[in-house]
Amino acid sequence: MIESDAFVQALQGMGVDFFTGVPDSILGGIIAELMDRRLYTPAVREDEAVGMAAGAYMAGKIPAVLMQNSGLGTSLNTLISLNQIYRQPCILIVSWRGQGGKDAPEHLVMGEVMPQFLDTMKIPHRVLTEKTAVEDFKWVAETFMKQRMPVALVITKGVVKGLHP
Amino acid sequence: MRPEEGTLISRAQAIAALLELLTDQPVIICNGFPSREAHKIADRPTHFYMIGSMGNAAAIALGVALAKPHKQVVTFDGDGNVLMGMGTLATVGALKPKNFIHVVFDNEVYGTTGNQPTISNVVPLEKVAKAAGYVNVERVLDRDDLVYEFKDMLKKDGPSMLLIKVNEFAEDAGRVLHGPPDMTKRFMQAIEG
Repeated sequence: MIESDAFVQALQGMGVDFFTGVPDSILGGIIAELMDRRLYTPAVREDEAVGMAAGAYMAGKIPAVLMQNSGLGTSLNTLISLNQIYRQPCILIVSWRGQGGKDAPEHLVMGEVMPQFLDTMKIPHRVLTEKTAVEDFKWVAETFMKQRMPVALVITKGVVKGLHP
Repeated sequence: MRPEEGTLISRAQAIAALLELLTDQPVIICNGFPSREAHKIADRPTHFYMIGSMGNAAAIALGVALAKPHKQVVTFDGDGNVLMGMGTLATVGALKPKNFIHVVFDNEVYGTTGNQPTISNVVPLEKVAKAAGYVNVERVLDRDDLVYEFKDMLKKDGPSMLLIKVNEFAEDAGRVLHGPPDMTKRFMQAIEG
């Protein structure tokens, strides 16, 4: 399991210096760590978070937006009619609720279609694993710099240490 | 007809008056007629014209304001836009960025799609902003008050909202001519430092 502080450290190591989002239990440890470091600006909706990240990017920051995968639905229009049209990149840290059909009913549909959904939205994505973490972060940084588009790092349950062990 | 309708200024007149008072402040302008009109009245590299992502103007401006706390950041917004992204009033009210000025042109209609009514005729958006935690909030009906209050807001710590009641008139402004990726680059360079 990846420690939350190591996860945040890796993002900061890539130059990420603006963090916003809407919480999920899978992301609880990461958000607690970001709040400890006074780096986190909470948003009330995921499309707002993506909009704030776009503003921060244009003001010289490298932004990351944390959300559960349901938030991809909420922020869809912003991701395509702002980020993609204007070529404004951001790093999406997306928790994969409903993966493998084992979750509360509200997560099952998005949990099943999320990879295809990201493909359809032309958002490059990769699932973080402990074994490949170094390459995963490197891929995120390179994709961000090269494509100038949103890129998603998907976090599955139990890969990054949460609030409740 | 509303009692004040015959005397209200147009949004384009309001934009012209505001831009006379602004110099090099970043201005994030919502999609629809506000961007087209501002682009026609005075096209400055410090303007970020939105063509999509309705409801997100204030969020984008907030991101700029948080990243550049020593620069005054202005957003030109509309009543339909504010209603769509109303949660952002709460985020701004909670975070209280001192350098954030939110101008709302309130004509009570969705202009670009054919003047369908919004609900801002019965929901006073500046009161919502005040309740959410905006520090300075003013509602103005004419050009003189607009100029007086906006000058005042430029001198004060925010977050501030200036709600300007405007009529439904839309300037024959055409679409914004810059390509979106060029607007991103131009705006980024203009607000650097």
